[in-house]
Amino acid sequence: MVDVIKTVFIAFPKGFYTTLKHLFMKPVTIQYPRVKKPMAPRYRGLHYLEIYEDGTERCVCCGLCAAACPADAIYMEGAEKEKSERYAKIYEINLLRCIFCGFCEEACPEEAIFLGHEYEFSNDNRDSFIFTKEQMLTNRPVKEKPFKRIIRRVRRIF
Amino acid sequence: MLTFAIISALKVTVVIIAVLTGCAYATWLERKLVGRFQHRIGPNMAGPFGLLQPIADGIKLIFKEDIVPDNAERITYALAPIVMFIPALLSYAVVPFGDQVTLFGYRIDMVISDLNIGILFIFAVTSLGVYGIVMAGWSSGSKYSLLGGIRSSAQMLSYEVAYGLSIICVLVIAGTLSLKELVAQQEHFLDWFIFRQPVGFVLYAICAVAETNRAPFDLAEAESELVAGYHTEYSSLRFAMFFIGEYANMIAVSSVATTIFLGGWHGPFLPPVVWFSIKVFFFMSVYIWLRATLPRLRYDQLMNFGWKVLFPLALLNVMVTALVFRF
Repeated sequence: MVDVIKTVFIAFPKGFYTTLKHLFMKPVTIQYPRVKKPMAPRYRGLHYLEIYEDGTERCVCCGLCAAACPADAIYMEGAEKEKSERYAKIYEINLLRCIFCGFCEEACPEEAIFLGHEYEFSNDNRDSFIFTKEQMLTNRPVKEKPFKRIIRRVRRIF
Repeated sequence: MLTFAIISALKVTVVIIAVLTGCAYATWLERKLVGRFQHRIGPNMAGPFGLLQPIADGIKLIFKEDIVPDNAERITYALAPIVMFIPALLSYAVVPFGDQVTLFGYRIDMVISDLNIGILFIFAVTSLGVYGIVMAGWSSGSKYSLLGGIRSSAQMLSYEVAYGLSIICVLVIAGTLSLKELVAQQEHFLDWFIFRQPVGFVLYAICAVAETNRAPFDLAEAESELVAGYHTEYSSLRFAMFFIGEYANMIAVSSVATTIFLGGWHGPFLPPVVWFSIKVFFFMSVYIWLRATLPRLRYDQLMNFGWKVLFPLALLNVMVTALVFRF
């Protein structure tokens, strides 16, 4: 009997008050396709290839990213320009295999490959998930992210 | 005679349109309010504040594929949603929406038909909804639907008893069955039956929630055990009929509660119909608030609560009321 009275006169009003309180709060919903939540600075999304200011590619096709990749998702084929500069003729990442660990980013000695903040890359056929060099170059975010600067600074120290 | 027929037809048309629109927007209200209770926004894409959402839903439901299971008992299967829907509409026939108005020289009562047995009529037609549930469950040709139908009907029958008894107290005080008379007796704020009969009101509210198969008594839709209860096999517009029926029932129950306990259309300043709508809206909001707060009861808890708590309480209430008001 005491339990019943406790439930009806203490627990019930408490519960009803809780829901009523939420009625007057601002909803936390994010209107996703229209409004996007900024990702955390260290979020690892879709890859992109960095270039120098004059527009030439940073990647020299050394293969360290492919070697560091635990999922074996990176395939690259090198070639040489006339001044015996190496560049990646083919640079592909299989996004279905990629686990977005960021090891490629860490392994790269030229600071060429980075994982960006893009997370909308679902598709309906498997072939579209082979991510080519051209796509990675266009995907390049215009603004520099602070964590990249930190990485660069750390690299310079070592 | 002819004018009477025309006026009645007009009143019926207006009420039916109002009720159907009300049902559509009750779904909107429910989604919006439950959303806010759960810290979400709710529908907001179709039109301003998502106000066109019911229309979009209606169009979607009309164009969905209508599946009839092979094992279904065709005629009963087709009839069940209608049997569910019609009683909910019928109960509006006796609910007074407002005072008399004079229109083009005619004095029009704002009630379709002022039966002198109004409450009995409401009891009679609302209890018919159980047939719809049993028919739907049985004719679907699915064991889950059958079980769901039986469960729901058992629940509705159990709560029907306390539901009836909770109103009888009011009738004992008022001494009339006509809803118009009842409203007339609640002209002053303190005369409202909610103050003279608070226990009756609480009992009525609880039973009304159970009667309309709403949370926390929505065992018909115990999706974890029964998929969706009696309407598992229904799709498209037939399902929509059940849906509208449920909401029409909700509004009907709210209207009856307003009429019997909350003083009907009485209220200061605003016109009677507006007051009536405000009170119905308030009751509906409380319904939705209940749904957002309370968890679903287990079936044995539900039955225990109905028979061992509500029924004795209602009986006791009737007894006390009768003793106080007759001696």
